[in-house]
Amino acid sequence: MRKITFREALREALREEMRKDSNVFLLGEDIGRDWGGAFKVTDGLAEEFGDERVRDTPISESAIIGTAVGAAITGKRPVAEIMFGDLTALAMDQIANQAAKICYMFGGQAKCPLVIRTPFGAGVNIASHHSQSLEAWFMHVPGLYVAVPSTPYDAKGLLKTAIHGNNPVFFCEHKLLYSIEGEVPEEEYTVPFGVADIKRDGADVTIVATLYMVHKTLNAAKMLEKEGISVEVIDPRTLTPFDKQAIIESIKKTGRLVIVSEDCKTAGVSAEIAAVVAEEAIDYLDAPIKRVAEPDTPIPFSPPLEQYVIPDEKAIVKAVKEVI
Amino acid sequence: MTLNLTKEKFAEIHRTMLEIRFFEEKVFELYAQNLVPGTIHLYLGEEAVAVGVCSTLRKDDYITSTHRGHGHCIAKGAELKRIMAEILGKKTGYCKGKGGSMHIADFSVGMLGATAVVGAGIPIAVGAGLSIKLDKTDQVVACFFGEGASNQGTFHEGINMASVWNLPVIFVCENNLYAMGTRQSKAMKIENIADRAIAYGIPGIVVDGNDVLAVLEVTQRAVERARKGEGPTLIECKTYRHKGHSRVDPARYRSKEEVEEWLAKDPIKRFKQKLLQTHILTESEIQKIESEVLAKIEEAVEFAMQSPYPMREEALEDIYA
Repeated sequence: MRKITFREALREALREEMRKDSNVFLLGEDIGRDWGGAFKVTDGLAEEFGDERVRDTPISESAIIGTAVGAAITGKRPVAEIMFGDLTALAMDQIANQAAKICYMFGGQAKCPLVIRTPFGAGVNIASHHSQSLEAWFMHVPGLYVAVPSTPYDAKGLLKTAIHGNNPVFFCEHKLLYSIEGEVPEEEYTVPFGVADIKRDGADVTIVATLYMVHKTLNAAKMLEKEGISVEVIDPRTLTPFDKQAIIESIKKTGRLVIVSEDCKTAGVSAEIAAVVAEEAIDYLDAPIKRVAEPDTPIPFSPPLEQYVIPDEKAIVKAVKEVI
Repeated sequence: MTLNLTKEKFAEIHRTMLEIRFFEEKVFELYAQNLVPGTIHLYLGEEAVAVGVCSTLRKDDYITSTHRGHGHCIAKGAELKRIMAEILGKKTGYCKGKGGSMHIADFSVGMLGATAVVGAGIPIAVGAGLSIKLDKTDQVVACFFGEGASNQGTFHEGINMASVWNLPVIFVCENNLYAMGTRQSKAMKIENIADRAIAYGIPGIVVDGNDVLAVLEVTQRAVERARKGEGPTLIECKTYRHKGHSRVDPARYRSKEEVEEWLAKDPIKRFKQKLLQTHILTESEIQKIESEVLAKIEEAVEFAMQSPYPMREEALEDIYA
């Protein structure tokens, strides 16, 4: 099968959906023909679809999302880009109080088919305002779906599902994923929400990982294999809805669970997954749940400082050995 | 009167203002009887703004509204009985009891809903305007908000965006002089919110918000401009709320003299006088309208009171479309 990058996979999803449905349009800062998006995801799309449908906006995150909400409830299917995930804080009212609640508080009268794409993640030395992983904020808001693709295949399939749907989707991208390559079929496909993917089969320990951490976990799994430890790696692919059954089935087999997530540990993604398993499947566990996550600090700038706080293969291996 | 309106249109304007007035008085009365859960923000005294603006709109035009939104709903053509049922938390309400007084919407008449976060409806209105532009129709959006909202970032971001993209949005600032209890002069150095339009390169117009025909006339010009693709207008309607901010507010921060001065400028009294003086309607025609409106309000209350509450489990529905 052909291989393309994560970035190209996202662009293909956007292009295909824009060709199919004239209601799909893009808006965001510097996404148009002069720049093509800070991470070049929308590069070339303005040339094909025009400046009206690939719309550069002023630096106004709150109005970008608010405008997308207004367009969504009046029949459009906007895909909004927030240049860095950290900047969603500027648009939080429109995301959490408006987009997420508009269907519910108006008694189901309104549909809000809106996709918000944004990159999270540390590792490129751009410090505290451009490096966070904030997916847990959005898991905490009923009415939103939260997608967390880790491969080009999942990125394209999930983005197409997001655009087809009738609900607001918070679509997380990790900035270190954009250039990774993976197999993506030429033919049409989608990836459903709420269906986890087993990225590696194993028998001794289940590791649930998301976004870029899936790749670090797969590396760690290879290291552990050499020591005779068989790791199963599960990628939930969407945090809302969350495929808890897939994880429970895996721990029935392994009896051990490690959760790897780049966000801060306290009240983070790993905390929620651990709570679900503790509540619903603790009897299958033969060891305590271990979490590998960022310590509760802002992301520092200097490379040694930054590398210290980002979970790495060594930390994953250590956690696995603690539960074996 | 410079406007070329039919007798029927004059009667309809008066009728709609009375619907809002009597509806809100009834809500106040029901509240006093402890029949209204939560809080209420009454539109009493500001009727000429909603009616003046919405009288110029078509059914397929959109509006966005605020926590003080009952009047906007009524003026855009939503049904009184379903508004009342929503305010009482009943299943037959517009939002099936999930929204209440601060979140009424009727998408079937272009009423895109009320948001209770001050200023949050402004970018949403801009988005509806963007839909219209992308679809190349000649609809428009009227976006209601108070003078307090004009200090929010959403006001500046939203108007700038509508301006730079030439969107068909009419920004209607209902300046009732107080953001809750904070007098305008404590929150901004300017007297006219309309002056802020200069910063965004669009027309800003101040109008007597208690003169329904004046509101109608300036809105008509803004609507024409918007339909022609010439972009947004900011209209500031100077008005006053007769009651406090919400149900707990006796409004002691306003002087008796100020309140009396504004009560004398009551938009409905003024319009009625005008109708009589110019012989557009007779006293008995006006009385007939009043009694018809009162009967309609009674029907709405009856409907709302008789309606069931939603089943408790319905709280779990409509989270996703």
